[in-house]
Amino acid sequence: MIQIEGVSHQYGDRAVLRDVNLSLAEDRIGVIGANGSGKSTLARLLNGLVVPSAGRVLVDGMDTARDGAKVRRKVAFVFSDPDAQIVMPTVSEDVAFSLRRHGLGKAEVAQRVAETLDRFGLGGHADHPAYLLSSGQKQLLALASVLVTEPEILVCDEPTTLLDLRNSRQVAGLLEGLAQQVVLVTHNLELLRGWARVLVINDGQVVADGPAGQSIGQYEELMGAGRPC
Amino acid sequence: MLTGIYQPGTSLLHRAGAGAKLLGLLVFSTVLVAGKSPVMVLAGFVVVAGLYAVGGFGARTLVAQAWPLRWFVLFLLPFQWWTAGWRVAAVVVGTLVVAVVGAALVSLTTRVTDLLDVIARILEPARAIGVDPERVALLLALTIRAVPVISATLQEARDARRARGLERSTRALVTPVVVRTIRHADRVGDALAARGVDD
Repeated sequence: MIQIEGVSHQYGDRAVLRDVNLSLAEDRIGVIGANGSGKSTLARLLNGLVVPSAGRVLVDGMDTARDGAKVRRKVAFVFSDPDAQIVMPTVSEDVAFSLRRHGLGKAEVAQRVAETLDRFGLGGHADHPAYLLSSGQKQLLALASVLVTEPEILVCDEPTTLLDLRNSRQVAGLLEGLAQQVVLVTHNLELLRGWARVLVINDGQVVADGPAGQSIGQYEELMGAGRPC
Repeated sequence: MLTGIYQPGTSLLHRAGAGAKLLGLLVFSTVLVAGKSPVMVLAGFVVVAGLYAVGGFGARTLVAQAWPLRWFVLFLLPFQWWTAGWRVAAVVVGTLVVAVVGAALVSLTTRVTDLLDVIARILEPARAIGVDPERVALLLALTIRAVPVISATLQEARDARRARGLERSTRALVTPVVVRTIRHADRVGDALAARGVDD
């Protein structure tokens, strides 16, 4: 359970979030909004990457400002650019990197890495240089690398932005099947069809909050979809 | 040597410990440099070539490791010959090539993480003076990982420069590469923080 209480945030003089209050308990939560609306900042608040200027964010009762390290063990984060997330030269090494501080033996690390890579369809690429993977495979690797630690919550900030339709659908299908609670920030409205809850962020505030169909409709209206430019 | 060119395999060299291979490389290179004779260089080459065979690699792989040195060799060989004679030229250039090819063999048969673990262990005593060995190993890993990313950025900036008809503009090449590299570093920092590296 994530609770956002009276959160405001600003970068310098620019306010990006204004008095946001939310309780996030649903398994699948989408976040949509125009560029610069504050949705990425909202996502970064959830695992303590950004600490709010005012208010607080609680994950299972832990304050992200005080217990950032513990929160990050529960909340994994995937960014839009997998090249910035993959830190080790080969596929298996990058997944293993996430487990370095978990106090596991070499054999257990190897087993968990192999299982995770198989699950994400990357088993045949274990020893391949990560930079030679396709964009879709890189994003799958980025997901595998954070999910190998078995977090309880996964936050994804536009994970399909750089992917083609096929890879985008592959990542979406994978997200659908996860046991974790997923918070997905995206411009791809198709990904959110049928999701339990979708938040619409505009100018730093939550302007719509409801089931996907309802929120997406409000968002399209807000963005003037279908109107001639 | 930490170039991330690991080729998976099950040979004796692949199974040998990273520490042993690094030590072997150190001894081999020292003997090679101390030998200072064309015969020693030749013997070193034979040993390295034999080890490539043991590792399951052919002549093509061996040549590929030396190939990036071609321009350097083409410059150094005649220069050394002219200034110090053929014998010194053969020893200097031969030692360089054999040592590089030997180091590449360690890279070809050792995962980067295993090499970094050894480096972290070697640096462990430096913890007493405030050096974090894990941090140094991570820094090396990030450096290796950054090579293909920056290389791709450079290629894209070259293409963009050409597309705008600015082939001769240094600024049109350097500015986007520097800006994108800094942004990449920023994103990597965020990703590392998100993965709990600083926790």
